[in-house]
Amino acid sequence: MRNWILHLGTLALVAVLLVTLPPYHATNLARILVLVVFAIGYNLAFGYTGLLSLGHALFFAAGVYGAALPVTYLGLPQLPALIAGLAAGGVMAALVGLLALRTAGVSFMIVTLMFAQAGYLTLLYFNPVTGGDEGLVLPDAATLLPGLSADAARATIAFALFATALIAALVIVQSRLGRTMVAMRENEERSRMLGYNPFAVKLAALALSGLFSGAAGAAYALLFGYAGASFATIQYSILPMLWVLMGGAGTVLGPLIGTAAMFYLVDIAGSYTTATLLFVGVALVLLILFAPKGILGTIRERWLTWLP
Amino acid sequence: MASVILSARALTRHFGGLRAVDGVDFDLHTGEIHALIGPNGAGKTTFVGLLSGRIPTQSGTIMLGGDEITRLAAHVRVRKGIAYTFQITSVYPRLSVFDNVALAVQQTATRDLRADVTAALARVNLADRAEQTAGTLSYGHQRLLEVGMGLALRPRVLILDEPTQGLASGEIAGFKALVRSLVPETTVLLIEHNMDVVMDLATRITVLAAGRHLATGTPAEIRANHAVQDAYLGGHDAET
Repeated sequence: MRNWILHLGTLALVAVLLVTLPPYHATNLARILVLVVFAIGYNLAFGYTGLLSLGHALFFAAGVYGAALPVTYLGLPQLPALIAGLAAGGVMAALVGLLALRTAGVSFMIVTLMFAQAGYLTLLYFNPVTGGDEGLVLPDAATLLPGLSADAARATIAFALFATALIAALVIVQSRLGRTMVAMRENEERSRMLGYNPFAVKLAALALSGLFSGAAGAAYALLFGYAGASFATIQYSILPMLWVLMGGAGTVLGPLIGTAAMFYLVDIAGSYTTATLLFVGVALVLLILFAPKGILGTIRERWLTWLP
Repeated sequence: MASVILSARALTRHFGGLRAVDGVDFDLHTGEIHALIGPNGAGKTTFVGLLSGRIPTQSGTIMLGGDEITRLAAHVRVRKGIAYTFQITSVYPRLSVFDNVALAVQQTATRDLRADVTAALARVNLADRAEQTAGTLSYGHQRLLEVGMGLALRPRVLILDEPTQGLASGEIAGFKALVRSLVPETTVLLIEHNMDVVMDLATRITVLAAGRHLATGTPAEIRANHAVQDAYLGGHDAET
């Protein structure tokens, strides 16, 4: 019960912020919310199931192009394209998982990284279709929701997607599947002797994670009017990991906190220097030294042990 | 003739030159408590590893009821009714006691997870510790939790690998009562070094030595068996 109050309260707070913040920050927040959906997806695989993937850029990019290609070449309306992107992310994650989940630990990191790099090179190879590095320009966000300005449409869709993802994540991690995912992270051999097929559970978790990542990629492309191969670079595999680590791996609200904190850290540092990654690096070193479980992970450990 | 629930024929597993299990025939009768004993290195843990599927079989066959399960993966055998509790306590130390048992209970056709978990915990006297983190339980309680998780699967065959190891004598008495209460609904296969527990609990005993089957019989028969006395019970370094 208190879980629902906390999470629905958070949603209400975010909605109020979206409406009341000045336009610059409201647009930032819309961008953050879409990226949070990506981080929530990453967290399901990494934080809950213990799958340290370095290939999530591929699932994000699958969402970006799964939405952008049909819009560009088939004239698909934008909202159905969002569904297409979500499906593309899930299917891509399931396919990668079928092969990559034969490995574990460091090998799993390398194999997922390899798949993501192969995906990136494939996008470049088909440059005439994908636009490669230059990318594709998509229709303006003002056409997303009839009667709404581009900013209002972005805020509305970003919030709707974020709210759906947050509630879905909360339901998943409190379900039997969620308990089983954590069991894989904590003790795979024991789980096998309780009758669980580790491969099947991890594949399901990775595919779910891919659905969230794909939805985020599709929304990012559609809301901000651009799809490019840069979304498949290693950077987009590392970023969700950093967001989740900062917010707290294996916490439902951690991705929101981590993504927002990192976004504004870079934003604020950017007004003083171009070396923004230095600030990110220092923040991560401090985090590992003093709060290795992330912001919310530390709070849960010290005070709120009931947090999901 | 009692019906056989689990049987092995010519079961073999070598590790390099070591014949850990070497052509063992074995029958587990429905509803019995069957103890598996033998000196250290006799192949007991490897043998039950083969039965449970944790270790792949090299040759020979394993039957559960009327089905051959020799090539089935471990998690499939668990779902068919063979539960295994680890020699070295293997719980989820960072999860609550409730979640540990819930992971087993949710594998069964349960209608009310919370009630069934509470019932499973009550069976091993841990009901008042449901919210505790499993890693903070005492060693004896972790052993009980381990057995509780095996039981919560409602197995047809429960394999207990040295369940009393490290328990205090008072805890052992409680444990014996618990195992007795399981039969005949569940068939128990027990690896045990504590001869008092074995002689007290077991309906039948199988003795392994150097990977081979040495003898099977009632506790009285095993006590009187000269080959067993030579190999094990009468040896100068017999374990207690």
